[in-house]
Amino acid sequence: MNNTSPTPPYEPPRDHYLISAGGHIRSWLLTTDHKRIALLYLISVTVFFFIGGVFATMIRIHLLTPGGVLVTPETYNKLFTMHGVAMIFFFLIPSIPAVLGNFLIPMMIGAKDLAFPKINLLSWYIYLIGGSFVLYSFSTGGLDTGWTFYTPLSSIYSNSAVTPAVLGIFINGFSSILTGLNFIVTIHTMRAPGMTWFRLPLFVWSHYATSLIMILGTPVVAITLLLAGLERMFHLGFFNPAMGGDPILFQHLFWFYSHPAVYIMVLPAMGVVSEIIPTFARKPIFGYTFIAASSIAIAVIGFLVWAHHMFVTGESTYAALAFSFLSYLVAIPSAIKVFNWTATLYKGSISWDAPMLYALGFIGLFTIGGITGLFLACLGLDIHIHDTYFVIAHFHYIMVGGAVMGYVGGLHYWWPKITGRLYSEALSTFAAIVLFLGFNLTFFPQFILGYLGMPRRYSSYPPEFQVLNVLSTAGASILALGYLLPMAYLSWSMRYGKVAGPNPWPATGLEWKTDSPPPTENFHVTPVVDWEPYDYRNRPDLGLAAGAPLAPAHGDD
Amino acid sequence: MPEHSEHIVSPKVYLTIFLALILGTGLTTWAAFRNFGPFNIVIALAIATAKATLVVLFFMHARYGERRTRLVIVCAIFWLAIMLALTLSDYQTRQPRMGRLLSQAAYYDA
Amino acid sequence: MHRTGELYGQFQTLEQQKESATLGMWIFLVTEVLFFGGMFLTYTINRHYFFTAFGIGSNTLDITLGTVNTIVLIMSSFTMAMGVWSAQTGKKKLVPLFLILTLSLGCVFLGIKFVEYKQKFEHHLIPGHNFDITYRSSHPAPVDDPEEMALEKQEVDRALASDPDANSHAQLYFSLYFAMTGLHALHMIVGAGLIIWLIKGALGGRFTPHYNTPVEIVGLYWHFVDIVWIYLFPLLYLIDRHR
Repeated sequence: MNNTSPTPPYEPPRDHYLISAGGHIRSWLLTTDHKRIALLYLISVTVFFFIGGVFATMIRIHLLTPGGVLVTPETYNKLFTMHGVAMIFFFLIPSIPAVLGNFLIPMMIGAKDLAFPKINLLSWYIYLIGGSFVLYSFSTGGLDTGWTFYTPLSSIYSNSAVTPAVLGIFINGFSSILTGLNFIVTIHTMRAPGMTWFRLPLFVWSHYATSLIMILGTPVVAITLLLAGLERMFHLGFFNPAMGGDPILFQHLFWFYSHPAVYIMVLPAMGVVSEIIPTFARKPIFGYTFIAASSIAIAVIGFLVWAHHMFVTGESTYAALAFSFLSYLVAIPSAIKVFNWTATLYKGSISWDAPMLYALGFIGLFTIGGITGLFLACLGLDIHIHDTYFVIAHFHYIMVGGAVMGYVGGLHYWWPKITGRLYSEALSTFAAIVLFLGFNLTFFPQFILGYLGMPRRYSSYPPEFQVLNVLSTAGASILALGYLLPMAYLSWSMRYGKVAGPNPWPATGLEWKTDSPPPTENFHVTPVVDWEPYDYRNRPDLGLAAGAPLAPAHGDD
Repeated sequence: MPEHSEHIVSPKVYLTIFLALILGTGLTTWAAFRNFGPFNIVIALAIATAKATLVVLFFMHARYGERRTRLVIVCAIFWLAIMLALTLSDYQTRQPRMGRLLSQAAYYDA
Repeated sequence: MHRTGELYGQFQTLEQQKESATLGMWIFLVTEVLFFGGMFLTYTINRHYFFTAFGIGSNTLDITLGTVNTIVLIMSSFTMAMGVWSAQTGKKKLVPLFLILTLSLGCVFLGIKFVEYKQKFEHHLIPGHNFDITYRSSHPAPVDDPEEMALEKQEVDRALASDPDANSHAQLYFSLYFAMTGLHALHMIVGAGLIIWLIKGALGGRFTPHYNTPVEIVGLYWHFVDIVWIYLFPLLYLIDRHR
């Protein structure tokens, strides 16, 4: 870019995807534009996030006193079950892939859309149908089996609305499968000329790995829930000991998907972090190949560890040994990512924008969550802390401190691209800090509670645990504020925010080369790629803040 | 990969494979009525796998297709194998024999 | 719709479009492998533990009908492959012919399955519904061969002697039988629907050497359904037949 002549003031695009197809509701509900579908998903997953959040709020209020102040024990069972089902199946699993993945993947590879745009829309409708069944279940008797639906409680003895819920999750599984299928085919066949596999952004790699898990794992939980549902409806005996069936078989089948499912939830967030860190450290990512390979490794090894959820429920000791060992193995590729992100920061030129705060928060909190996972993978220790609040703290550190932070950070990072607007820097910094503090206050006490022996899924507890529970609830209220603030200022920015240019941060990556918001066909001319990703060293055209040096050529693979 | 140089499989090949599949069906039915002890199941699965392989290679064109297609097929089989093998590793290493149902009365008395 | 094999907007070339469609169908079939796989796992574990009851259950299945069905399905795979070949070589008249043959054979399969299911209902072999493995041999119908019934009664009694809960375990066998063959039949019905859609297109001359992707990918799906049956047949029908 020419530095000598003054650049003309930026003209926001007259025609872009939010406008081109029209504003009529039909143009949204029948769209096949991946960007519009992403926004449809954004609205739906936010609704389910709220619903899950309402249940969480009720849980935390109920646990303010040892005797439980809000609901009966039976209702309490329904609260934590519905919280889990709403959050896992209808928020965490779709969130980043269906919102950010849908929006960005075609742009990041230089394509006009995904390979199967109509199937993309179908995915969203299937999600809604599945969600409706589950909401019907919630409102007609609720669900009290735990989100894990262990048999024979779920298939025989529970008096709650299990069948519609199980049907809803079954249907929703197809939404996941179709999204994953779309991503895999798109990444294989629709890359722009010059976009080789090792020039792909790491966000794309992580979504490819996520899609592998969606394809290979989801069908198994589908058949499992189907069999459990059939058992409930027709009194069959697959998982009923009184008829020769085996509850442990249900657990094997269920966890075969549900463990890799947690990688569906966290891998996309890792992809987001891999995009944010180089941008705000003004440095190429350290160890690109290792990060890409570790995504695939997590997807593969993640399928080999599922029975670590069953150490104390009846599997054989020898199998437990094998799964424990494999669980330690799966931590390695995750650790590699953390090392590489850290190395990227080293000697970088750091900016503290909101997306960076979320990304840094992810690294710290995910590390804690991941390491406590290793605590749980240790057989002897697991006997002590299985089914306690230690487990709850562990997975919330990963799911909330990790995945949700990645999602919110990603929304902040790509918001200017999606909407063409900037949001308030002060408010977003404040909200990120509030979120981080609120999160830790909510969940760190739960590690202690769990270690001291407070069981999970109990509606009451011994009085000596009250102080920690009250701290946790206080933290939850702050955490809630941390979520409400972005919803407010991001929505506000859509109308009143400053106009963002094509590349406000600035960042490398194809998506930043097109307008904000992008035109419907993403690029006016199909790009031809002849540069390496995260190429901050050779891109003076991106413009750095006055006085800030280019990061030295350092620490690359 | 340009598909117009795609290999069009001739009906003769299809017919041959078809006859092989029918033969396999007859074979497996015949073998079922003979007592090979524990090998009955092995033979049955071996024949079924051979038939499935023929269908995948020739009817589904995997033999003439891209390498990527073959990778996809291998992955499917591999993941199914993981699910079966690791689950069975639990069942096969348990000591007590499963499946002995107590009668309802004994269950509550014991 | 795309009557002449036009390019969809998101693709750059017809090549890319065909590559994507084919890869998409293969990946979908992977999900089906894992979907049926869960039931195969359940089957494996239950058969291992309840071998006797599974043998009894299997012997109540009509092996003639089962073998005929297997042959019918293999034939339909052959005619499907020939349908793809006809499209690829521009034999426009043959395409709908082979597709109709495939559909007919599929319907024959489903018809035979219906007959078998009806038999199960008459013999009190529907799980959860007055299931009784001893029913048929203790209440032989006039059409039943008395020698065969005596043999079955003998086998059932022997099974109950070695495994007092053989009735429950046999019910497990039949739960799996209906779940697996039922799901398979459902897939066949979907496949039949897809073939009807193809026949409509083929009658309109839509499939040519230049554009025949729909025929090919429905073919992939149909062959997969055939493969599932290739495994279901020995696993369900041929247990302990040598007795």
